[in-house]
Amino acid sequence: MTAEAASKPKKICIIAYSGELEPTWASMIIASTAAAMDMEVSIFVTFWGFHALVKDRRRLPGQNWMQKMLSVMQRPGISHRKLSKMNFMGMGPWMMFQLAKKYNVSKPKDLLDMCQELGVKIYPCQMTMDLFGLKKEDLIDGLEDPVGAATMLQLATEADSTFFI
Amino acid sequence: MATQDIKLKVDASGLSCPLPILKATQGIKTLQSGELMEVVATDPGSVKDFAAWASSTGNALVEQDSANGKFRFVVRRK
Repeated sequence: MTAEAASKPKKICIIAYSGELEPTWASMIIASTAAAMDMEVSIFVTFWGFHALVKDRRRLPGQNWMQKMLSVMQRPGISHRKLSKMNFMGMGPWMMFQLAKKYNVSKPKDLLDMCQELGVKIYPCQMTMDLFGLKKEDLIDGLEDPVGAATMLQLATEADSTFFI
Repeated sequence: MATQDIKLKVDASGLSCPLPILKATQGIKTLQSGELMEVVATDPGSVKDFAAWASSTGNALVEQDSANGKFRFVVRRK
């Protein structure tokens, strides 16, 4: 390996915007693999991406009825994501997880644990937390402090590669 | 290379992307610099993936072969 690669690790930045199962899965695969390759990984989580950051067991987060309605319509938690296509009332994700088990593909939750073990930095978007009425205690442990668009843009422009998912 | 030089064996058979790489990463972190790890995988994509992983991390891919649908990698921790 070159001296340059040794002294300066590659950086990637993922903007996790979508909340469905497949994009969440893709983000987690990219982030965990990049961290395994000794890259510095930041994930900025915004809008529907927050569905993957709320604790699996947290029901109906939100401060008012509108925010709680959003949680009713889309149960948050990384293990409860719906497919963007062919969800069929939960039948689609169920089949997807059966296939994942059969072919030894790890689930988004396991990859998220791996990301945290490998030091991936996850930045929640403060604005989305306000909009959805989310508190720090609604979210999984080990996150960075919430930040805004300016920090995300700094992370993105300083990264060698940026993904908007 | 003598088999006894291998400090850690990781069996990633049957596992899909990116698990062989993630298991290898977990494994190599338990070794000291210069020690050897052997990984066996069945994922055909792992052949190129291990080369990319080694080049990115600086761990040396010192041996590589395949037989009967199994891919074997020997990695030296940097």
